[in-house]
Amino acid sequence: MDLLNALVTFANFVFVPAVAYGSQLALGALGVTLIYGILRFSNFAHGETMSFGTAITIMATWGLQAAGVTAGPLPTALIALPIGIGATILLVLGTDRAVYRFYRDRKAAPVILVIVSMGVMFIMSAIVRFLVGVEDIQFADGERMLVSARDFKTWTGLEEGLAIRTTQVITVVVAAVAVALLFWFLNRTRTGKSMRAFSDNEDLALLSGINPDRVVAVTWILVAALATTAGVLYGLDKSFKAFTYFQLLLPIFASAVVGGLGNPLGAIAGGFVIAFSEVMVTYAWKQVVAYASFGAWAPDGLLQLMSTEYKFAVSFAILIIVLLFKPTGLFKGQSV
Amino acid sequence: MKKLLLAASAMALLAGAAAAQEATGAAPKIGIILGFTGPLESITPNMAAGAELAISEVNAAGGILGGQQVTTERADSTCTDAAAATAAAEGLVSGGVNAIMGADCSGVTGAVLTNVAVPNGIGIISPSATSPGLSTAEDNGLFFRTAPSDARQGEILANVLKDRGVTDVAVTYTNNDYGKGLSDSFTQAFTAAGGTVSITVPHEDGKADYSAEVASLAASGSDVLLVAGYTDQGGRGIIQNALDTGAFETFVLPDGMIGQDIVDNLGDGLSSSFGTMPGTDSPGAAAFRDLAAAQNLDGASVYAPESYDAAALILLAMQAANSTNGADWTAKVMDIANAPGEQILPGQLDKALDLLAQGQDIDYVGATAVELIGSGESAGNFRELEFKDGQIETIRFR
Repeated sequence: MDLLNALVTFANFVFVPAVAYGSQLALGALGVTLIYGILRFSNFAHGETMSFGTAITIMATWGLQAAGVTAGPLPTALIALPIGIGATILLVLGTDRAVYRFYRDRKAAPVILVIVSMGVMFIMSAIVRFLVGVEDIQFADGERMLVSARDFKTWTGLEEGLAIRTTQVITVVVAAVAVALLFWFLNRTRTGKSMRAFSDNEDLALLSGINPDRVVAVTWILVAALATTAGVLYGLDKSFKAFTYFQLLLPIFASAVVGGLGNPLGAIAGGFVIAFSEVMVTYAWKQVVAYASFGAWAPDGLLQLMSTEYKFAVSFAILIIVLLFKPTGLFKGQSV
Repeated sequence: MKKLLLAASAMALLAGAAAAQEATGAAPKIGIILGFTGPLESITPNMAAGAELAISEVNAAGGILGGQQVTTERADSTCTDAAAATAAAEGLVSGGVNAIMGADCSGVTGAVLTNVAVPNGIGIISPSATSPGLSTAEDNGLFFRTAPSDARQGEILANVLKDRGVTDVAVTYTNNDYGKGLSDSFTQAFTAAGGTVSITVPHEDGKADYSAEVASLAASGSDVLLVAGYTDQGGRGIIQNALDTGAFETFVLPDGMIGQDIVDNLGDGLSSSFGTMPGTDSPGAAAFRDLAAAQNLDGASVYAPESYDAAALILLAMQAANSTNGADWTAKVMDIANAPGEQILPGQLDKALDLLAQGQDIDYVGATAVELIGSGESAGNFRELEFKDGQIETIRFR
């Protein structure tokens, strides 16, 4: 019984939140890694791309709710998601035409593109603030909890509760579907294969007749879809606030770099590594240990390795260690 | 030797200044130093008017110290520039003021106190400086304030928890001066009252995920969580996450967390929670509003009541001490502000002056239910709140 309590406590406060957060980071990191692999620069505007897609989705959600359309127990935002993705695709394709193509044609160095993307980031963040403002917005509707802590306690008779939010399950499921579709696309379709060829060796790909404009456009479309999905899932699970999405950029880049820039598998692994390390290293293990030792050893201290204000330090420490000893990331990516 | 000479000449200068002040002690004069320009410029005109309301009331009642009329002089503290405030206060002193009502912001108030009031032996009462640092400032007993220190709310929260039988609490605060100061003062007061703070976790506002913070807080084993944060920032994220995971059901919310939006967002989640924010139900507040309305002044304007009380306290203390000398009247402030004695509300200053002239004791209540504690600062009045059916309800005043 005590062992079960220990497991439930661990699942409730560490496993479930970290899996959901990790999925959101993984989706974000996939977008970053695709751009790095194919367009060969670090896109600092990625957080704001997520933010823009989410803002459009929120407005579409409001429209649907006003028209009386809901998704029953699921959040209405899932119906609105394609609209958000569509708008974001138009935005990034427009940005590429207006800004990035100019530098690509001149074969500008990656560091110039990075700075350019920061400029794009500021413009996008201003657009988002014009559209939906700077306030905290909650747009999740439908059933909030799949399993509530109190119900779980009554069902099982355990002392500890387990809570699973509907949005957490949706996050994991949607992330899994999106990743499966992406891998199928990259490995099985002709366009996907041409993208990988372009990523591996640009000159060789061009010689064998691959249309670079098409590859670039498809990349941006995929990135827009991934970014909007990640942003909406994150906003559903927590809440939408323009400033928070800017802050998301840090853990997302950490995930992509730890996993190996340019490697989609690595981005997913990196997302979970960052999420779990943030939660686990700063977790106070007191209760879990007390349950697991059958109450024989109830520690006086909290058994907390590190105070929570250092959780970002944890991500960055991992990042530095990986870069020092495995510059290409945990999975074989491109070195930075 | 050089140092000794320097010190000696400095002493001589000081003595000279003190002697000069004795000589000018004719008609009482009050300096009003507030930030008429700068960040507080929208509220300082009402504050000054509040102070002048008390002074004209005293003058209408025949003045103080055997019928002397009180004059005033305004000066600009700027709120932000300590050097400018010091220069302005020195201007007041050379203009012959016997006391200073002000300053407004904590920084410039400290500058005026240290650079002007203490060297010249002039008493000073601030209506609005709330920094806990001023409680321990070197003031030679010359400094008072009619606003509570920010540290006070920590004690109020500790009392609320004690009265509700809570002995074990987890604390999270927003990682800035407000959150840290409140968390520290609460922890100190709560521990002194026999309570236990099981864990203190700072949180950063505007962050992506608060799972780690809530996980640590939950592991402490406490049932009650104090959230010293902001309604639209990390504070709400923490509460939402704690409710979802079933980590906590009861939250204690200080003033930064009180707002209709958080009640709207969290709804029933707050049904067993409670909080505090500044406020008073004293009859003096209503009396001051009526008095001010007659002069076309908004009596509910921020810190206008505190300004009225500050000026009234200065004049009543001078009457009680029968002197305009800083050291003399400041020694009487605590006596007239606190019980025992006849209670004095706004509009009753004439009665207070009569009682003092007869040598009787008064208890100045004023517009903000003044009760001076510690080194001479307002105890402050707070509302204890609960959240019922989507409404913020006042349970009692403290």
